[in-house]
Amino acid sequence: MKSISRMLVASLIMSLSVSAANVFAADSLNVYSARKEALIKPILDDFTKETGIKVKLITGKDDALLTRIVKEGRNTPADILITTDAGRLHRAKEANVTATFSSPLLEKNIPAHYRDSDKQWVGLSLRARPIMYVKGRIDPKELSTYEALADPKWKKRICIRSSNNIYNQSLVASLIKHNGEEATQQWAKSLVSNLARKPQGGDRDQIKAAVAGLCDVAVANTYYLAGMLNADADSQAIAQQIAVFWPNQNDRGTHVNVSGAAIIKHSKNQANALKLIEYLSGDHAQQWYAEKNGEYPVRDNIKMSSTLAAWGNFKADTLSLSELGRLNKDAVMLMDRAGWR
Amino acid sequence: MILRLVMVLLTFVLATPLIVIVSNLVDPNGEVLSHLIDTVLAEYLTNSFIIMIGVGLGTVILGVSAAWLTSMCQFPGRSIFEWALLLPMAIPAYIIAYSYTGLLDFAGPIQTFLRDTFNLSYGDYYFPEIRSLGGAISMLTLVLFPYVYLLARAAFINQSICVLDVSRTLGYGPFRTFKTVALPLARPAIIAGASIAMMETLADYGTVEYFGIATFTTGILRTWYGLDSAVGASQLASILLIFVFSLVFLEQYSRRHARYHHTSQRHQAIDRIPLLGKAKVSAILFCSALVAFGFLIPAAQFLTWWISLGSEAISSDYLQLITHSVELALISALFILAVAVIFAYGKRLNKSAWMNPVMRISSLGYAMPGTVVAIGVLIPLTWFDNSLDSFMRETFDISTGLLLSGSLAGLLFAYLIRFLTLSLQTVDSGLERIKHSMEEAAKTMGYGHREILTKIHLPILRGSLLTAILMVFVDVLKELPATLVLRPFDFNTLAVKAFELASDERLMETAPYALTIVAVGIVPVIFLSRSITKTRDVKS
Repeated sequence: MKSISRMLVASLIMSLSVSAANVFAADSLNVYSARKEALIKPILDDFTKETGIKVKLITGKDDALLTRIVKEGRNTPADILITTDAGRLHRAKEANVTATFSSPLLEKNIPAHYRDSDKQWVGLSLRARPIMYVKGRIDPKELSTYEALADPKWKKRICIRSSNNIYNQSLVASLIKHNGEEATQQWAKSLVSNLARKPQGGDRDQIKAAVAGLCDVAVANTYYLAGMLNADADSQAIAQQIAVFWPNQNDRGTHVNVSGAAIIKHSKNQANALKLIEYLSGDHAQQWYAEKNGEYPVRDNIKMSSTLAAWGNFKADTLSLSELGRLNKDAVMLMDRAGWR
Repeated sequence: MILRLVMVLLTFVLATPLIVIVSNLVDPNGEVLSHLIDTVLAEYLTNSFIIMIGVGLGTVILGVSAAWLTSMCQFPGRSIFEWALLLPMAIPAYIIAYSYTGLLDFAGPIQTFLRDTFNLSYGDYYFPEIRSLGGAISMLTLVLFPYVYLLARAAFINQSICVLDVSRTLGYGPFRTFKTVALPLARPAIIAGASIAMMETLADYGTVEYFGIATFTTGILRTWYGLDSAVGASQLASILLIFVFSLVFLEQYSRRHARYHHTSQRHQAIDRIPLLGKAKVSAILFCSALVAFGFLIPAAQFLTWWISLGSEAISSDYLQLITHSVELALISALFILAVAVIFAYGKRLNKSAWMNPVMRISSLGYAMPGTVVAIGVLIPLTWFDNSLDSFMRETFDISTGLLLSGSLAGLLFAYLIRFLTLSLQTVDSGLERIKHSMEEAAKTMGYGHREILTKIHLPILRGSLLTAILMVFVDVLKELPATLVLRPFDFNTLAVKAFELASDERLMETAPYALTIVAVGIVPVIFLSRSITKTRDVKS
């Protein structure tokens, strides 16, 4: 028993001493990232190689990280918050934890509608959510807009995941903005009755279900399809049967969300933080997003990976992304009422 | 006196995060809550309730049967099943859900094979839907029944053979002995196991979210993330807390007069009933099925994935991940055990009426989703750090920054809230089996409380203590949400790694990490199983 208690005391001391030591070192940056480690660490390492600035990383869910920053207050070690959704950047801004930042380079690299109007955050890569269909089974002429998915001809033919998913929430938020709450409520209700099955699984599962014949079209983010095309042979075989349809090309464009970044107000390294964000908007990083994870660059002049190039160019919705954040709550409530689980 | 003071202090510390959560219950702005009541709350309630009851029944039936068979009956393979039945415990629930979905889903190999062979298409045939309430109950039961098995088996093994013999001399057959003597005597242990399984079920997020089932847990996070309402989320969490508390209270109340300690500490070697013919075959089949479905099949699935990925599947920090995970799990298990012993022992010494409910409240964290516990911990910790920092800045012009939050201490605190009940119930049900006359005897010999604890209780409790350590160790190893929110910079664990890949829908690539969690978990499981058996053999 004695040895156990001795071990305990020793380990407690050890765990405490690991704590706050060195988090505030001058030539280093602390990043809270909602992007998974594998989808951000390599590019941070490249940044360190180039500039000598070390980067420390914590990954987690957007809202949890934001809560942590808010509660840590002026002592927060966080310099940068990276999220996978513009709505969360908007929330960070509302929570009053973001700093104002801008630079000629950022303004040149990132189109205005992917930047916050008050310079509190920028988008760094695009996540498009088009309609996907099984080649040969569906004539793409049958498809047109997100709105048209509510048509009764799609009864029991659509696969889409749960409304817990942020990308469904922001898609519905964009529809509320464009078509109004009432029309969107009607749309959501019809869409639910067109679903081939109760929403479940992730985006890849919707793609698999479509290929297996459970439904004819799926709504999914493109990088999941890209991921399948670059994975094991089975996944590749499935993904190759899928084609991407870009909806709403004749009006506002396909729905996109961004993964982006904000600098934290209490950061003591704001200059370095800006350097990192500029780096992430640069050629190398933009290309890396596309190569590594099948996301679209925020800039036009980046050479696309062959996977992305094969799906062709598309017109993206230029709706101000702050709107997605503002309307997120309405979207969730609307989906609750529509029975979209 | 000191003990009582320590307990009051500990209770206060333990209750803070829960108080933080419940403090939002009365909210002047009830807009979100009334929306939830109008639309989804009923569904959250029903689904959570059905899954919880299903898992409760399932784990008791499977766990108790397996425990009785392996401890009281003799059949070929028994000594292997004894430890192999614990293996499913090492598999996180969401991991087993991924692997069975991979197999049984509409697009999975089995259904595809059926369609190809019999030339069928969607809707032509019936196949049970894995992503359903029944599916979730099955998945959770498969990985949680070992909790009931573990505790029930320890109880059966430590039951004095005398009572069983008495039952036999009264002419009761093995089944009737089991029903009327062994089972009621093991009730505290079985209830403890079942409530562990049910609370773990309520806290589960990964499985139900993957299956698209709306429960309290998914609802809490949806309200927080989607509706951007931390208040609404903690209102839901409070309702869940009240619900769990009533269950715990009802269970306690139902056995308020019962005593479970043994009248004799004399144990002969158990005379196991040899099973013959059909009974033998059924016993073997039953145990094999549990091990196969709960462990071998999912493990084999992951192994196949790992092999197909090749050696590149392992990241360069693989060894560090293992060290981090093991260190964290071990430190937490020991730390939580120490607190549990203080509580359980204090409860035994102090018969004051407030002790029991207070102890129960402080262990409710186990039914809370990890993320909620994490936030509940984060708020008081950062408040403490920032207040101290402000004070130090004003008085000494020194900034102390964040001392506790963002360190491993924060994580330990969260694990304590979340897993204390595992340790506590195990130690407590072990203590309940020790007669009070033993310490009375010790007192007449001039022993103080401390000597009674270290010289009498702890040695007798060795099995229970080990069980407590093991259960927390394995659970911390699998724990995800709290680790994710509270960990320090660049601190990864196996569970974090597996989760990151899984939530990126790269299931195959999780294989090496999921399997390593399982492998690391197996070592203590086997070690423990041996030592429980030994506690009996030594005395025989």
